[in-house]
Amino acid sequence: MADLRVNLCGLPLDNPIIPASGTFGFGAEFAKWYNLDILGSISFKGTTMEPRFGNPTPRIAECASGMLNAVGLQNPGVAHVIENELPEMAKLFHKPVIANISGFSLEEYVHCAQLLDAQAQVGILEINISCPNVHGGGMTFGTDPKSAAQVTEAVKRVTTKPIFIKLSPNVTDIAQIARACEDAGADGVSLINTLQGMRIDLRTKRPILKNVMGGLSGPAVFPVAVRMVHQVHQAVKIPIIGMGGISSAEDVIEMMLAGATAVQVGAANLRDPYACKTIIEQLPETMERYGISSLKDIIGGVQI
Amino acid sequence: MQFLVEQNEKIARDVYRMRLSGDTSAIARPGQFVNLMLDGFYLRRPISVCDWDAQGITIIYKVVGKGTAAMAHYQKGQALDLLTGLGNGYNLKKEIKSPLLVGGGVGVPPLYGLAKEWIKRGIVPTVILGFNAQDEVFYEQEFLALGAKVIVCTADGSYGLKGFATTPMQGLDYDYLFACGPEPMLRAVDKASGDIPGQLSFESRMGCGFGACMGCSCQTLTMNKRICLEGPVMRKGEILWPT
Repeated sequence: MADLRVNLCGLPLDNPIIPASGTFGFGAEFAKWYNLDILGSISFKGTTMEPRFGNPTPRIAECASGMLNAVGLQNPGVAHVIENELPEMAKLFHKPVIANISGFSLEEYVHCAQLLDAQAQVGILEINISCPNVHGGGMTFGTDPKSAAQVTEAVKRVTTKPIFIKLSPNVTDIAQIARACEDAGADGVSLINTLQGMRIDLRTKRPILKNVMGGLSGPAVFPVAVRMVHQVHQAVKIPIIGMGGISSAEDVIEMMLAGATAVQVGAANLRDPYACKTIIEQLPETMERYGISSLKDIIGGVQI
Repeated sequence: MQFLVEQNEKIARDVYRMRLSGDTSAIARPGQFVNLMLDGFYLRRPISVCDWDAQGITIIYKVVGKGTAAMAHYQKGQALDLLTGLGNGYNLKKEIKSPLLVGGGVGVPPLYGLAKEWIKRGIVPTVILGFNAQDEVFYEQEFLALGAKVIVCTADGSYGLKGFATTPMQGLDYDYLFACGPEPMLRAVDKASGDIPGQLSFESRMGCGFGACMGCSCQTLTMNKRICLEGPVMRKGEILWPT
């Protein structure tokens, strides 16, 4: 029997498959397609202190093997999430969830983290310091080791649950940022968020995205994500949630070999609502094909 | 859900009709759409359902980019992965006695399924079909064959009445408006119909088509809506037109 179980900072997961924040809402849209309890966990839609509509549309553009988005953290705000979305989510998914938190100031991160840390169904806090689609917040915290450490420390001070810092790939040295987070007390890191990109409509000569730039995701970014997970795994001791273009059971194994303890599946959910289900179903036979009996044994197992 | 192409043919300039066989049990209302996965393209293509029965669906699409150009090359027997029954669709309210259906360009197809539903209920709708020019006109005969009253207009006057879809609206007697087409047309018919209630179906650039990505969100007078999930059909009066 293939053993799919992994352990994320004391949180046991039945398998390492976690739908990525911003591609899965709070689960309801996918519960129409399959039983969510097959998933390892769910990282829910990025939450901010105040409700946000996000950026003007169009917010989506396509490209070869991937897509750009500039949604800009549309969400109903942390109070509404706690009061309405989490109770609804609890009816559809009966395991601990990952609370994804974004902010525009240190205080906002702290406030949201404190509130979500107190929710019984939240197992891990994922602090997003890498959203490329908002101005004056998000990624600005994640591109400088000092401010990444500041957010980490401030959130760690007011929370009791493991915190994972979600890192931006739009930096020169991601390992340096990861180390800064580790030194500041992070329990783990999630990577990669989307890569900044842009498309132009030849007919109108205007950017396709109203926001001009957006975040690239999908299979196009997978090799970049594998490389960065590998680099970060060599630089830190804390566990990594690996993500970026994962679309198959093979991709999961590759990401884990690079150093991920668990993985998140993002854009693939949008192309095919059954993506996570298919990956989980195909993992045992794929593991067998590559002589793997337990997934936890391959974490960071790449032979250099 | 796998579907098979039964027929894929050109019916007007850049406009194609595709008949697909497969499980249609998720389709409940006219005005809903399907989302097609095409070989070589990452995101699906959302296309409104023109007509459906227990065996399959008919969709009509215009070639506007690489994806729809690739669709035009699909041959009988080829398989396509579809998500079906997406969006809210039109609500055929019981109190409606004389519906007016207004479609512009590739906004026309979902109105065919809608006209069919009205006729099934013993109500004859009036249908205005608006196009730019004669070579873009399609489905006049199909609407007539259903038994609908049909008015065709073209912007350049090369076929039917000269004018926009709103041109013939003034003299008509109707108690409810249904429309689908490009946003400027929807805005014009919204205005031209005054206080008469109605439902308008919107187009949008979508990511997933089923409410997960928030790519097609829009603000309305009541709440934020996802065009793919709480739309594409919106009530007249809740729409917040861009300024």
